[in-house]
Amino acid sequence: MNIDLSRRSFIRLSGAGVAATSLAAMGFQQAEAAEAAHVRDFKLATMTETRNICTYCSVACGIIMYSKGDLAAGEKADLIHIEGDADHPTNKGTLCPKGAALKDYVKAETRLTHPRLRKPGSDRFEQITWDEAFDKIARAVKDDRDANLIEKNADGLTVNRLTTTGYLAASATTNETAWATWKVVRSLGIVGFDNQARV
Amino acid sequence: MTNSWTDIKNTDLVVIMGGNAAEAHPCGFKWVTEAKHHRGAKLIVVDPRFNRSASVSDYYAPIRPGSDIAFLMGVIRWCIENDKVQWDYVRNYTNVGYLVREDFGWQDGMFTGYDEEKRSYDQTSWEYELGEDGYVINDETLEHPRCVWQLLKKHVDVYTPEFVENLCGTPKDRFLKICEMIGETSSPTKTMTSMYALGWTQHSKGSQNIRGMAMLQLLLGNIGVPGGGMNALRGHSNIQGLTDVGLMSNLIPGYLAMPRETEPDFATYMSTRGNKPLRPNQMSYWQNYGKFMVSFMKALWGDKATAENGWGYDWLPKLDIAQYDAMRMFNMMKNGEVNIYFCQGFNPILSFPNRGKMTEAFSKLKLLVVMDPLATETAAFWENHGIYNDVDSASIQTEVLELPTTCFAEDEGATVNSGRWLQWHWAGATPPGEAKTDVWIMSQIYHRIKALYEAEGGKAPEPIMNLSWDYADPEEPTAAELAMELNGRALTTLYDATDPTKVVLEAGKQVSGFGQLRDDGSTMGACWIYAGCFTEDGNMMARRDNSDPSGMGVFQQWSFAWPANRRVLYNRASCDPDGKPWDPSRVLIEWNGEKWVGPDIPDIAVTAKPREVGPFIMNPEGTSRFFSRKLMRDGPFPTHMEPFESPVANPLNPEMRGNPVARVFPDDLATMATSDEFPLVATSYRLTEHFHYWTKHNYVNAVNQPEFFVEISEELAAEKGIKKGGRVRVWSKRGQVWAKAVVTKRIRPLICDGKTVHVVGIPIHWGFKGAARKGFGPNTLGPFVGDANIETPEFKAFLVNIEPASEGLA
Amino acid sequence: MTERAPQPTTAAANPPVQPLTSNLLPSDVVRISATANVPAPERQLEKVAKLIDVSKCIGCKACQSACIEWNDTHPDMEENVGVYENPHDLTPEMFTLMRFDEYVNPEGDLEWLIRKDGCMHCEDPGCLKACPAPGAIVQYSNGIVDFVSSNCIGCGYCVSGCPFDVPRIHKTAQVSKKCTLCSDRVAVGQGPACAKACPTQAITFGTKESQIALANERIEDLKSRGYDNAGLYDPQGVGGTHVMYVLHHADKPGLYSGLPEDPRISPVVEGWKGATKTIGLAAMGLAAAGAVLHGLFSKGNQVSAEEEHEAEELVVKTAATPPENREGL
Repeated sequence: MNIDLSRRSFIRLSGAGVAATSLAAMGFQQAEAAEAAHVRDFKLATMTETRNICTYCSVACGIIMYSKGDLAAGEKADLIHIEGDADHPTNKGTLCPKGAALKDYVKAETRLTHPRLRKPGSDRFEQITWDEAFDKIARAVKDDRDANLIEKNADGLTVNRLTTTGYLAASATTNETAWATWKVVRSLGIVGFDNQARV
Repeated sequence: MTNSWTDIKNTDLVVIMGGNAAEAHPCGFKWVTEAKHHRGAKLIVVDPRFNRSASVSDYYAPIRPGSDIAFLMGVIRWCIENDKVQWDYVRNYTNVGYLVREDFGWQDGMFTGYDEEKRSYDQTSWEYELGEDGYVINDETLEHPRCVWQLLKKHVDVYTPEFVENLCGTPKDRFLKICEMIGETSSPTKTMTSMYALGWTQHSKGSQNIRGMAMLQLLLGNIGVPGGGMNALRGHSNIQGLTDVGLMSNLIPGYLAMPRETEPDFATYMSTRGNKPLRPNQMSYWQNYGKFMVSFMKALWGDKATAENGWGYDWLPKLDIAQYDAMRMFNMMKNGEVNIYFCQGFNPILSFPNRGKMTEAFSKLKLLVVMDPLATETAAFWENHGIYNDVDSASIQTEVLELPTTCFAEDEGATVNSGRWLQWHWAGATPPGEAKTDVWIMSQIYHRIKALYEAEGGKAPEPIMNLSWDYADPEEPTAAELAMELNGRALTTLYDATDPTKVVLEAGKQVSGFGQLRDDGSTMGACWIYAGCFTEDGNMMARRDNSDPSGMGVFQQWSFAWPANRRVLYNRASCDPDGKPWDPSRVLIEWNGEKWVGPDIPDIAVTAKPREVGPFIMNPEGTSRFFSRKLMRDGPFPTHMEPFESPVANPLNPEMRGNPVARVFPDDLATMATSDEFPLVATSYRLTEHFHYWTKHNYVNAVNQPEFFVEISEELAAEKGIKKGGRVRVWSKRGQVWAKAVVTKRIRPLICDGKTVHVVGIPIHWGFKGAARKGFGPNTLGPFVGDANIETPEFKAFLVNIEPASEGLA
Repeated sequence: MTERAPQPTTAAANPPVQPLTSNLLPSDVVRISATANVPAPERQLEKVAKLIDVSKCIGCKACQSACIEWNDTHPDMEENVGVYENPHDLTPEMFTLMRFDEYVNPEGDLEWLIRKDGCMHCEDPGCLKACPAPGAIVQYSNGIVDFVSSNCIGCGYCVSGCPFDVPRIHKTAQVSKKCTLCSDRVAVGQGPACAKACPTQAITFGTKESQIALANERIEDLKSRGYDNAGLYDPQGVGGTHVMYVLHHADKPGLYSGLPEDPRISPVVEGWKGATKTIGLAAMGLAAAGAVLHGLFSKGNQVSAEEEHEAEELVVKTAATPPENREGL
């Protein structure tokens, strides 16, 4: 066994020797040691639990989110921890390396927090308001639709098809979001509509 | 999945081919380890790499990327030759005896009817021969030369073990050992499960890979049985739901079809969807299509949909081509034919092939709208990041709106797992900053566009004005309101068809199942397969009773599974023709003399007598298909096709390149290479430490796997002078990437057609945003071509080259 | 008054959110570093163990993620050096690590042997024996060996004392760190975070007895699959461990990234305590009274240049004496 006595931390060694012997000599070692033998406070005590489903793959593991503050009671809820739900039949409390670190996805530094606009030719985004964002979208879509919607095909049949605006739908949104999205997208006549099933 | 994750514990043999469940679905893979531990099940892995699934397998065999059909047809051939066939199942539950038209045939790897100019088949001959009674002719002896069984035997005859070894690079002894292990499950009391994912779909013939295994499973009697099935692992948490709800160019919720412009009115649209039974007594469940379609139209347009206006048929957009899938849209974009594009929680700049083309396409948009919880590469495609995104920002004129959305922790609703379980979740965290739900954002967009039409008028405003938007707060419908629409409800009081005095459901009440939906406008329901998910008894998707009294992993009281809370599809086939379970120790349902009973919901009318009604009720035949008629563009049987970029010629037809009916856009053919220039086979995949392009934003996952790398064999490394951990350049005809080299024994050179074939493994998870180190993805390199049926890009087999690179970044 | 938490029997449970009184008490400590005469505990907790079945492990690193998340550590993000291990080694911020080995067996078949590395929680803990700081390392009667950072002086003796090379010294905080077996979870009746997360349940947790029984079941299954040398790794040279492995090749533990064949505490380390004691006494002249000393060391995670200089002087002096003679000084 190689004992590297030249290491910087040797002071700790010598000091430790001193402490060990001197403390023992002074007769209070047991009290000190007992006080020292503590474990970390359990960090989930008094947290609010919320049942959720992992957002990554479609094994769809049950998870429990632990937050400071109760969202359902109208409070601000700060996510502290996420863990597998042992009651869930599929994952039985387990989680993969992605699921086990879900909290840091929710709290990633690169989460978006404000609407932003990048102007033509610019090399940066600038923050805008939601109103500004929606006004721009509505104007652009209406203009494109009015200009390019194919109402009737060459045979004079009604086709109401818009191919110059397209929509790629999310893969982790809910069915309910999907339905609201379907309605809005199709009412505009959009046919270039797809999701992530292929990739 | 035909079955469910928890059902996998019932299996005797797991075959992971075309996927890597341990790597990409660890918690689902738990059920494989469970089957191994408690049932003594075996695990076979067939993959180009000895991957994480292989690390705990009982038997592994390598295979050249893109040669799976030959392997599978070879197994079918071996099973037939060695009589490893579940005969009672095959004779009674499949179409083996049906006669096929006389003019059907194939040669040189092609089926009858090929039109080279259109890159398409005239499928007329790919059909059964019908008798005068309108039913398909059945030869129970299976001896007629044109019965499906004889055609199948003839079709697979070329796929000998030697052919497989030569084409796939799988050593013959390994192939034969696997055949033997698989063949054992032809016993009625042994089952095999197939677990697959993008390893099969992301080929120009991806759908046929899957059909190949489905046919093998039919041959062995493993479809509809516990521990069996075809189990697509599925990638994203709600890609099943998004597809169920029809967020695809050609879909309406519940797998109904968007109308084509050749169907000018509702009557014409319905005229081809009668689905008359092809055998006596069959349910042919799609005969109910009209009920589902009309209920959908009532959900979409509300009172505005009437019988007189064809339920608002004119307001639906009509397709002029099969589909405007994403790759078609990107190609149109590149040609300047698209002005505005929305990307909701999707990062196509890293997800679709030929990144150079993608960037060029996006640069031609006038407006790009990105809705996402995270800062994506797509939203920042115009940002210069040196070699990682080498663009000239000033020359890109696209306006980009980046909208912050909530994520799972901050919203409520249901997602659908691979086993079709609709599971509700609740919000438990406050969204960051001004992040908003997608429903709120879509509502705002809708209302503002509608307001412009109201104020200004404009082209065809009816679909926008007539859209039903009947929510307590139109600015933000609740998840429960939307879910109740997906389930459906009675619009007027429903009476029993045979007894008009008997009330089935009062007006305004939620339907209890799709059996209550009607085609007269008296019901609405946005997605018929979801009927039963939110009934008068409440939100079935939020149920949390995890009891499983049968011990079969059914979990009937946990959430809700579509259709009808059924956990194993085609479960009628888990019993013999008389209704007795093939394996009495594994019972899902059984016939008790009067009706079907058991722990699962029967996939047949509960009083349908055995031997009268076939188990595959969605097919007009009532049976399942070895010969798939006209359902697939590239043939009624799977035939071996090489990838578009391949190291060897197709032995069935050396002139054939890739899939002869896959769509190839004119400019893209020129960007496809031959093995003279690019001799190495690249294949892309996921790593367990990451989820797509999301977790690189997560510091913890970045710690676990921080940097982009490629994997190569020790032999290739030695040949090219590449060191473990060294930096390499990998390039294809479309682009180049720099990566660290992982040199491993887990990839071995293969011998195919007498040539040494090296495989380069390229994981997908890096980009230029997030917490992990900047890197690349395989989409810089991959070809812009997809599967002939469903347009999944050919990311699993293409050609590259590799060389050592200097350590300094360019 | 809050309810007393139960003793843990499994990791497959949901943590409580109601406040519970800890079930892992100072009085359950049976050994304390640099401390003699630890009073006999009033009760004997049931021995616990974590079982790692390498034949079920898929190397997914869920244990790493769960460990980082639960313990709120922040390992450095490193680079890829041509292997799957990341971080590259155990660190003061990474208490557990998947290690990967590509092994071609005598039949010519490749095996990818993946082992979760981390503290073994030895029944006879070398770290604790080597540790000169009173109360920096404790062992509970259930077998958990825990480091108490507030008493740690970061000397690194535990690293040398560990037959498995597990503890790591935090360079800035100057304390030694390793897996606690999630003692904070165990204290409220829960199992370790890694065992809870493990997707294939390659990591399980319970009483040592239950884990040995489970291991035997697994070994039987492995033998039926042709792994004739499958067995349990519970090395007796350190009195057995509270983290055990099921190995397919129990006859060759070294295949698994150098898992020691027969780990023992070095006899030199066994002797350290005497040596350090001696050094300590010799150094008493540098120090003031016990209370002052205690204050100095307990607050002290920073080392001043002066202290370092003193230390080096001491090294020079003590190093001049051959170790075998130090005992007699």
